[in-house]
Amino acid sequence: MEYSKMKKYGSMFLTSALLAGVLAGCGSDDSSDSDKDSKDGGSTASGETIKIGGNLELSGAVASYGSSINDGAKLAIEEINAAGGIGGKQIEYIAVDNKSDNAEAATAAIRLAEQEKVVAMLAPATSGNSVATVQVANQYKVPIVTASGTAESVTVNEKGEVNEYAFRTCFIDPFQGIVAANFATQDLKAKKVAIYADNSSDYAKGLAASFKKQIEENGGEVVIEEAYVAKDMDFKSTLTNIKSANPDFVFIPGYYEEVGLIVKQAREIGLNAPLMGADGWDSPTLVDLAGGDALNNTFITNHYSAADPDPKIQDFVAAFEAEYSSQPNAFHALGYDTVYFLKDAIERAGDEVTGETIQKALAETKDLSLITGTFTVDEKHNPVKSATVLEFVDGKQDFKTKVNP
Amino acid sequence: MEWIQQLVNGVSLGSIYALIALGYTMVYGIIKLINFAHGDVFMLGAFIGFYAIVRWDMHFILALLLAMLLCAIIGVVIERVAYKRLRNSTRIAALITAIGISLLIEYTVIFFRGASPEAYPNVVPNKTFEIFGAQIGVQSILILGISVVLMILLQFIVHKTKIGKAMRAVSHDADAARLMGINVDNTISATFAIGSALAGAAGVIFGIYYTRIEPLMGVLPGLKAFVAAVLGGIGIIPGAMVGGLVLGVVETIVSALGYSLWRDAAAFVILILILILRPAGIFGKNTREKV
Repeated sequence: MEYSKMKKYGSMFLTSALLAGVLAGCGSDDSSDSDKDSKDGGSTASGETIKIGGNLELSGAVASYGSSINDGAKLAIEEINAAGGIGGKQIEYIAVDNKSDNAEAATAAIRLAEQEKVVAMLAPATSGNSVATVQVANQYKVPIVTASGTAESVTVNEKGEVNEYAFRTCFIDPFQGIVAANFATQDLKAKKVAIYADNSSDYAKGLAASFKKQIEENGGEVVIEEAYVAKDMDFKSTLTNIKSANPDFVFIPGYYEEVGLIVKQAREIGLNAPLMGADGWDSPTLVDLAGGDALNNTFITNHYSAADPDPKIQDFVAAFEAEYSSQPNAFHALGYDTVYFLKDAIERAGDEVTGETIQKALAETKDLSLITGTFTVDEKHNPVKSATVLEFVDGKQDFKTKVNP
Repeated sequence: MEWIQQLVNGVSLGSIYALIALGYTMVYGIIKLINFAHGDVFMLGAFIGFYAIVRWDMHFILALLLAMLLCAIIGVVIERVAYKRLRNSTRIAALITAIGISLLIEYTVIFFRGASPEAYPNVVPNKTFEIFGAQIGVQSILILGISVVLMILLQFIVHKTKIGKAMRAVSHDADAARLMGINVDNTISATFAIGSALAGAAGVIFGIYYTRIEPLMGVLPGLKAFVAAVLGGIGIIPGAMVGGLVLGVVETIVSALGYSLWRDAAAFVILILILILRPAGIFGKNTREKV
């Protein structure tokens, strides 16, 4: 009896799963067909639009990153289309959800390249998911641009060769370490610095290494180097050690969950030196954990700041607020920039807009002024651009300065 | 004066371990069960305190008492539902059930509120003052104060009250205690209630001191408290207090010497050493197994 019951439930489950699959398939086919119809308007052939894909995390663990990039990209495309498109051709944007999953990201990339025949696509928000799509990009000769995958491995493979069809619009991890070091020695006149890094994350270790190298080049001295691991709760004993080394600047690369506690506990034991981190600090939870008071005299590097007085940025902020009635974050800005980065390349690609011509144009991008900086693509397909330094004042991020590479 | 600062750091950390270790050791003393769900009762205490303070605007002392009360009830329910019927089965069956209950609690909480961390509100003024060159926070003193009060209270209950006497009797010999007319079931429930209330209190204190709470926060402190209980001699109440404090100070010393990445390892090296060198713990007497 048990067996027959199981069998019954099993078959019911299978049937429903099949049904769901069929229905879902119908649904998506219908909607994409109608999408195309409405955009093509019947009169123009499909060759008259430029198809750009979006392979983004619209659900799953890092859905907030992917959807932010998607929102930013859509705003940029609307603007471009309203202004007449690129060379008279409208952009058709096809977003696919990769569910924050490596395998799904690769499948989505194949779908966009094979079925939708896009000429370029936005790669996933995280480095891991982006790396999973690199092979597809090279194989189908469709350039991918990640808005926020900051790991070096996205554009350079393990042998150190450049992944021909992979690009990005964010700066890479080590760059933030260099910016922090320059800010410490030049703006804050720090001489003796301490490093307290998350030893369980490659991101933090990479930042710590590049920061140390740059500090020493700038003539500063690293007086103490300490480490913690993710999920630690008690940092006081190590912070007491750091305090007794008497540094005038502490660099803390890591993520907000631990950094919040570190900042709080540092101030409690009387370590009042300026503290600095990178974009891993950028979360409202940081302020909840550390408290606004403790965060005073701390700094972060980030891709962009909505408080930047630059008129170009203020125009973007206003346009974004009109569309979504909220302030754009760094991911919104990067998604928006990614589309303009592609647009610039497509304009320079010549009459024949294909993946190959766009790839060539992207690699030759020079002095392109966008929201998150002025872009020049280097030989490793990384943009050389400025980083923004923000200061926490009573729990709010204030624009401090822009640091050029 | 750095070492004074480090000592304060270590004692604050150690008193939280001690509070959790007390529950472990009491339960072990009475039914010889290592209650691995204890760390999760500690987590529930932290969340109850959090919601009491944030959602219902309670004073934190009231929130602390509420967390203790609810955790006591949860502890009794766990005992009645999961452990009672296994009292006469093998010890390994009870141990595995305890691990099962632990996972059940963790993932039930994740199911209802997700795994994201929560930040405790700042209910105690975060002032610091200097003593002999060491910065000592009001929060550290508060933790220490509450821990000491609770431990004294526990000693009083165990040694001066009727239920305490019953607990000691059951721990000594459950069958003989039953023959003397002691209600063994109720006594065991009372032990779970007191132990879980202490874990709940530790949860709230932990939240106030360390700010970040999350559904899996009970795992590591739970294991460390277990080490503390073994270190002091499992089943012995003063042993748990001393074991907790010693463990906190040792961990702090390891970090202070610059080996912060070895801190968690140090706790478990202590466990291994104590099991090899002195299995009965600091306060334990070497008793022969009765045949």
